[in-house]
Amino acid sequence: MTGLGDIASDARPRLPRGVRLTHSEAHGGWVLLAPERIFKADAIAHEILRRCTGQASLAEIVDDLAKTFNAPRERISADVTALLRGLADKQLLEL
Amino acid sequence: MAEAKTLHKPIGLLAELTHRCPLGCPYCSNPLALEPRADELDTATWMRVFKEAAALGVLQVHLSGGEPGARRDLPEITASAREAGLYTNLITSGVGITTRTIRDLWEAGLDHVQISIQDSDAVSADRIAGYRGAFARKCALAAEVKRLGLPLTVNLVAHRANIERIGAMVELALELKASRIEIAHVQYYGWAVKNRAQLMPTADQVRRAATEVEELRQRHHGKIVIDAVVPDYHARFPKPCVGGWGRRSLNVTPSGKVLPCHAAEVIPGLEFWNVRDHSLAEIWTASPAFNAFRGTDFLPEPCASCERREIDFGGCRCQAFLITGDARATDPVCHFSPAHREIEALAAVQQDRPYDYRRM
Repeated sequence: MTGLGDIASDARPRLPRGVRLTHSEAHGGWVLLAPERIFKADAIAHEILRRCTGQASLAEIVDDLAKTFNAPRERISADVTALLRGLADKQLLEL
Repeated sequence: MAEAKTLHKPIGLLAELTHRCPLGCPYCSNPLALEPRADELDTATWMRVFKEAAALGVLQVHLSGGEPGARRDLPEITASAREAGLYTNLITSGVGITTRTIRDLWEAGLDHVQISIQDSDAVSADRIAGYRGAFARKCALAAEVKRLGLPLTVNLVAHRANIERIGAMVELALELKASRIEIAHVQYYGWAVKNRAQLMPTADQVRRAATEVEELRQRHHGKIVIDAVVPDYHARFPKPCVGGWGRRSLNVTPSGKVLPCHAAEVIPGLEFWNVRDHSLAEIWTASPAFNAFRGTDFLPEPCASCERREIDFGGCRCQAFLITGDARATDPVCHFSPAHREIEALAAVQQDRPYDYRRM
């Protein structure tokens, strides 16, 4: 099984109950709401996180992003892995 | 992705649904003058407050008390906060939330549960809470929360009676499948001022606890998040209380008064507006209490010329008042404050006598 960084490429990342990606009119953007924490999700983070539904695998998410944004797969993969690993370490993402 | 610390609209609302609580914790953050049940806001008013809060920018609501489970309408209140688009966090003692209630809350869309546990040792925990059997009930609720698949935070308020068992508390939190533990040293407001000498840890205990927390964080990295709130009487710099006065959060009391922080009523002469008379937006922008200490212009020296002015906003206004008698003064926790000596003197007083428990 080939992994991307330290996340298995067939992992199906998913935001657990208690972690929600939501749009805030008042703040004019996307935010990730979690226990006692609020993260502002920029456009890239939003595109990554909205694909973390537990359906798509990490490899499929990276492929989809690379195709949608016509960007090098390696760079996308590095961005996605860094974001997801950070969230998983904080218990804000299931892998 | 950066943590959103610079938004200038409020992002958090502490909803003190009731001051009623079965526990008697000697460090309770509620004011000494507790509001009676007859004065509590009704369900419909809380529903309106949540809609107004969301429109104002609030993202998270902390359903707290007292014990929020003392309100029969807690599931309706929770559902209305979710419908308003808010992230709902239940802050509970764990006593008074039945299996049925927690299921109703889960159905209402509750996002997260925080349960306070007074100690890893059951006998000590019940003694601190002033309620026999509390520890067992808290652990039972934690199990029910996890059975429902809700995320759980365990909150430990640390002080002299339990500070030596922080490691065991983290073990307990892991057993209870908490994803986060909050180790919050007592803050000396309200009831904790009455019990200061009984609660105060020694400087040596504080130092050892800080080292232990760092070791625990490394050991359990990726398994549990350990958040620690510093014991500010033993610190050199003050905390940026509530992220700055009237800057990030607001607090609604059981009777509807809106405060910049939960302790603000201790400061004499502040005029608080009530959600029964004004919209939350009016209160946020125009109420005298919210504008009293906004920004940093009011700060005297040593804050006025200090480079940390925009980091900690001169610290906590309530603490400045409680120690110096002047709410505009530099928080005396700061070692630059001329009154810092008084904090050091208070931090050195430990007395082993019975707690003065919080009672209605």
